[in-house]
Amino acid sequence: MVRVGVLAVQGDFTEHSHALERVGIEAVEIRLPEQLSDVDGLIIPGGESTTIVQLIDIYKFRDSLKVKADDGFPIWGTCAGMIVMASELIDKRPEPLKLMDIIVNRNAFGRQVDSFEADIKVDGMADGPFRAVFIRAPIVVKVGVNVEIISKIDNGNVVAVRQGNLLATAFHPELTDDSRMHLLFAKMIEDST
Amino acid sequence: MATDTKSEKQNSTETATWRVKSGLAQMLKGGVIMDVVTPDQAKIAEDAGACAVMALERVPSDIRSDGGVARMSDPTMIRGIIEAVTIPVMAKARIGHFVEAQTLQALGVDYIDESEVLTPADENNHINKHDFKVPFVCGCRNLGEALRRIGEGAAMIRTKGEAGTGNVVEAVRHARSVLGEITRIQHMDSAELMATARDLKAPYELVAEIHKTGKLPVVNFAAGGIATPSDAALMMQLGVEGVFVGSGIFKSNKPQLMANAIVKATTHYEDPDIIAEVSTGLGDAMPGLDVRTMPEEEQLATRGW
Repeated sequence: MVRVGVLAVQGDFTEHSHALERVGIEAVEIRLPEQLSDVDGLIIPGGESTTIVQLIDIYKFRDSLKVKADDGFPIWGTCAGMIVMASELIDKRPEPLKLMDIIVNRNAFGRQVDSFEADIKVDGMADGPFRAVFIRAPIVVKVGVNVEIISKIDNGNVVAVRQGNLLATAFHPELTDDSRMHLLFAKMIEDST
Repeated sequence: MATDTKSEKQNSTETATWRVKSGLAQMLKGGVIMDVVTPDQAKIAEDAGACAVMALERVPSDIRSDGGVARMSDPTMIRGIIEAVTIPVMAKARIGHFVEAQTLQALGVDYIDESEVLTPADENNHINKHDFKVPFVCGCRNLGEALRRIGEGAAMIRTKGEAGTGNVVEAVRHARSVLGEITRIQHMDSAELMATARDLKAPYELVAEIHKTGKLPVVNFAAGGIATPSDAALMMQLGVEGVFVGSGIFKSNKPQLMANAIVKATTHYEDPDIIAEVSTGLGDAMPGLDVRTMPEEEQLATRGW
């Protein structure tokens, strides 16, 4: 049985823990880097990316996450988490962790009044469309050769990508009752061990 | 058959759903929302790790000392702050002043605070917040007030505390009252829910939901009088999900340091070593006011019902 860590420095980490527990996966809140050795994978939740990156640096997660990501440790970022994992951001701030070979545009849809939900299709996910919630969401504007695009919305914007052990989604699966994205990440973890 | 229903639902893009409005508040959790009056202050707040800023013309302690009617801020100032930062920008409308709220929505603010810190425009009715695409946060002193605001469409709740005093006592009172009532409802017999809704003057459905879930259906922050890192950690330990700091940052001796320290104390609210470390060398916090010696007409928390 896999144990999934949820980075609990700021944002909606509790919702991720609940989504995991709903499908019988053990969730562990991670507040310090040394706790990473207790888990088989990590979710970087939604929140404010500027705040999360700052706290990642204050508590010295940056180097250990980079080493672990390169070493095959599964990491999934949602919304702010996607921004944190990017190699480059269009507006140049905050300084991302460069875990994945993706260029990301923050707040790509506009301000809060432009936030939305929509049905999307995700490659490798059975049982129909997935209701995705986009809140001041980013998009991926460029991917490296090793990055697989697993979901696009109708206007062609890339909203979910995978690069080996790394997964990033622009939307918030933790805000719906549908745990299929969480199961997909759990499967990635199982396959990697 | 199931497939048919699903294909119909495809492309059904919706904005301003309840999930989208209350969801932004979920993203702010564990964070600090800071009052700022200039774009420069907004940048300081963002650099210190604030998860959002509240754009306003005067911080509550100045509103208190200046007197007169406090209104929505000048759009030029709000626009300047929106351009200066990438974190969400909130702004205040007067209680019941739905045209100020329409204006703020048109300006593109991410959240509206229907706030007792400004002079109320309607002493009987709050804004019907369901009418808006932009989400609202509202203040409360107790659970009944919180549920009335949620009933009107508020997607986030904060304690009122007593803004501009630098005195945390009222925020503690209000948080204890809200959280204590939630615990009481959670453990009561379901036959008691209707009478409780009557006593709280709250929508029955929301009381019944709390009975089932043991929590508010929206995110709950503390506000009103938080002036130090340990004040912030105190509110977090009492059980709120984040804090608003108004005058406490930019009325302190060293705003940048104070802002940083309050952000760290809010994340690590259960770690006294970190709170001790960040509380060191901050200089003077904002000057405080004793709420007990304050005449009732000067208390902002009594505005709204």
